[in-house]
Amino acid sequence: MKVKYIINGKEETYEIHPGEVLLDVLRRNGHSEVKGNCYLGTCGACTVLIDGVPHTSCTILAAKVNGSEITTIKGVGSLNNSHPIQKAFVEKGAVQCGFCTPGTILSAYALLKKNPDPTDEDIRKSLDGNLCRCTGYVQQIESVKLAVKLLKEGKNE
Amino acid sequence: MSDFKVIGKKVDKNDGFALAAGQPLFVDDIRLPDTLYIKSLYSPHAHAIIEDIDTSETEKYPGVRMVLTYKNTPRIIHTTAGQGWPEPSPYDTYMFNKKMRFVGDRVAVVAAETEEQAAEALKLIKVKYTTLPPVFDPEEAIKGRAPIIHDEPEITGAYDPKRNLAAHIEIKVGDVEKGFAESDAVVEETFETQYAQHTPIEPHVTITYLDEYGRLVIRTSTQVPFHVRRIVAQSLGIPVQKIRVIKPRIGGGFGTKQEIILEEICSYVTLKTNRPARILYTREEEFISARTRHPFKVKVKIGAKKDGMLNAIRLYALSNTGAYGTHGLTVASNAGSKTLPLYNKAENVEFIADIAYTNMPIAGAYRGYGASQGYAALEQAIDMIAEKLGMNPLELRKKNHIQKGETSPIFRALGEGREGVTQYIQSCALDELIDKGAKEIGWFEKYGKPKRNGHKVRGVGMSIHMQGSSIPLVDMGSASLKMNEDGSFNLLYGGTDIGTGLDTVAAQIVAETLGIKPEQVIVYASDTDLTPFDVGAYASSGTFVSGGAVLKAALKVRDQILDVAKEAFGEPDTKDFILEDGKVKSLRSGKSMSLSEIAYQTLYVKNQHQIGAIGSFVSPYSPPPFAAHFVEIEVDEETGIIKPIKYVAAVDCGIPINPELVKGQIIGALVNGLSYTLTEEYIFSKSGKMLNPNFMDYKIPSTRDLPEIVTILAETYEPTGPYGAKSVAEININGPIPAIGNALHDAIGIRLHKTPYTPERVLEAIQLKKK
Repeated sequence: MKVKYIINGKEETYEIHPGEVLLDVLRRNGHSEVKGNCYLGTCGACTVLIDGVPHTSCTILAAKVNGSEITTIKGVGSLNNSHPIQKAFVEKGAVQCGFCTPGTILSAYALLKKNPDPTDEDIRKSLDGNLCRCTGYVQQIESVKLAVKLLKEGKNE
Repeated sequence: MSDFKVIGKKVDKNDGFALAAGQPLFVDDIRLPDTLYIKSLYSPHAHAIIEDIDTSETEKYPGVRMVLTYKNTPRIIHTTAGQGWPEPSPYDTYMFNKKMRFVGDRVAVVAAETEEQAAEALKLIKVKYTTLPPVFDPEEAIKGRAPIIHDEPEITGAYDPKRNLAAHIEIKVGDVEKGFAESDAVVEETFETQYAQHTPIEPHVTITYLDEYGRLVIRTSTQVPFHVRRIVAQSLGIPVQKIRVIKPRIGGGFGTKQEIILEEICSYVTLKTNRPARILYTREEEFISARTRHPFKVKVKIGAKKDGMLNAIRLYALSNTGAYGTHGLTVASNAGSKTLPLYNKAENVEFIADIAYTNMPIAGAYRGYGASQGYAALEQAIDMIAEKLGMNPLELRKKNHIQKGETSPIFRALGEGREGVTQYIQSCALDELIDKGAKEIGWFEKYGKPKRNGHKVRGVGMSIHMQGSSIPLVDMGSASLKMNEDGSFNLLYGGTDIGTGLDTVAAQIVAETLGIKPEQVIVYASDTDLTPFDVGAYASSGTFVSGGAVLKAALKVRDQILDVAKEAFGEPDTKDFILEDGKVKSLRSGKSMSLSEIAYQTLYVKNQHQIGAIGSFVSPYSPPPFAAHFVEIEVDEETGIIKPIKYVAAVDCGIPINPELVKGQIIGALVNGLSYTLTEEYIFSKSGKMLNPNFMDYKIPSTRDLPEIVTILAETYEPTGPYGAKSVAEININGPIPAIGNALHDAIGIRLHKTPYTPERVLEAIQLKKK
């Protein structure tokens, strides 16, 4: 069957099997920025935003979200035009191996869209589904706090 | 030390922005046309012989291009341990075999046009097994009456396969029996640690293909590219020359990728089909068939004099290496060699270890590498002897720990699977670490005064640790550095950054040496065709060995630059020359020349040559980093739940070349240690099958499991390391078990002898204490 998505603002049409999960469809079509392979929604590396809400793309049928707007890390910022959250992650040492980073930043991005002034508890809750084995999370949480500051400064300019 | 321009400063990780942008940097981020996808079939039996395999139906399945079993593959015995040559692990493994030794042993693989086809076709393989009685308990395994797991004649390098002994170690210094007899207090206790796993978020994955000249290219998620090349060549019987191994960005390793698990299979499919091939482990395969941490049973006996001076220590370690002996000997060695020298005041020391084969999952290298298991026992026994003597355990440790200028006979007696190398400690801030950590946690206000709030009780605990920096006189790294027209440099080195930030540390070392910015160093690492050799990422060797090689190359390049400048300035020598801000300056004459000008001159104009050099580093030293860990916990006596409230890690890793990366190494290791202590555990069925191979049932921590974490750095300058640096990667995973174990005793007077410290075990111990 055919599905149509708006991925990072660009319309894309894919041929899929009805049983396929979104993660596999995205990766097969060149969106290698979406990581993960637990297929249980447990590690969070495959997180994308579907109509602005973070979901684990390994547990969602591609057919089910036909017509949705999907945001991957490439919709947040790019190598030469980084989003403040990406900058903050690098600045605070929150990127180690980087495999979980796109998913984690997407969770943080969704949080800050909804809540530009999160508490520590809000940040911890929003990153709770993104497992990271390298950092021990402390610098990730610090990064989100720094991003809050950077985003506010950006607005004041 | 403060006059460093780049070392010890905040420098962004040089791959950070690319990773944060989701650039296609990992093994599986490329798609090659005509790739074959490989799936594996595993033994459902813990111990069995395959009488026959019928793959005829599988071969007929649509899309299937190849089925591999013991019947149609080379039978070359080897080890999967990615260690230096000759490997100190037994040769006990084949690519495929008739004999199955654990639930998860590889039976066959299918290569097909799609992953789905491969997975479906696997189900059609008919295997006829004769099951054999298994042995799961390491104590039973080595008694001499158990089924023999490695009964094939080709095995070499194992200590006594007929008794299921993969390895055995015995080291004696002084006379422990006399030492115990002359002690005023003696404790003897046994502590057990469990099966646990590294769980990098990126699983094992390998892609292989033939290049335009027909050479095999292996793009793989590995910590040891050069060992992959050597061991694939060996296990397939092809020349090293035919193989190129490429390590792109790696999604974490922690030891599990110091193994050759998938590379030889994938390579074989490519060589036989002339097509690209790919294997990617699922999370379940990762749990069942990749590597784990060796479970240990450690019996520790300590004797001390009234004044708190340790007199004798005996450690007996029984290590379960599972079905194969990879890293068995060396992990067990480190349970002694990385712990016992810490208490060098004890003159009588004995270390004995048995490394048992069982029909259980394969253990391997895991961050901490035996030291974690050794410290779990030793650092709790230290608290117990202090209690017996009525001393504060902090004071007892201060009296007994190794100091700068001192040595321990253990350094020489016990190496990694062979005799070690004598070491004198040249930097050690342990006293400072203990003092600062104690202050941060409020040790003297809190220790021995548990605070009760209903059924919740708070207590504090501590432990101290050392590790090493590489394997002395074994680990070698090398680096090549060349200069470009704009004053930038290509650094090509074998160091293997698996997410740690080693490539950034390497750039900083070059930048500091040549007076440039780290961004002017283009780092390309661990590609066996293009970069010089390095043993890889293990044994806390990255900064010390690979970084040491980078420094040597940079110093040679520096001399070459200064020589060119001397000519250009017309000065007799280079002794007043400095390199800074991308220029060479003569302080004597005030003359200056940019590196870019020097590059243009040497490449195009006068006395033309490439400014560049190779440096190799191997060291007789393995300077230990030190750490003092403190924790405050809250135990709920009704639920048995232990909640860490605050964790303090005070660390001496020499000069921290990149403090933000150092902090990440410390916290990452200790948070992994926290869940090793509290939640992570393999659950097995009676027939040896792991029952919880997913992140729902095998609990690694997330953001909401964290205590308050404080890291403290006590800077020392380690003269044998690059710019004063020692290692930091492993040491901090060793603290949580003993520190929390000791805090649990401080809080409610119980001591658990088996990890993880689950609510069930806590409640059981509370009940037992009440009786």
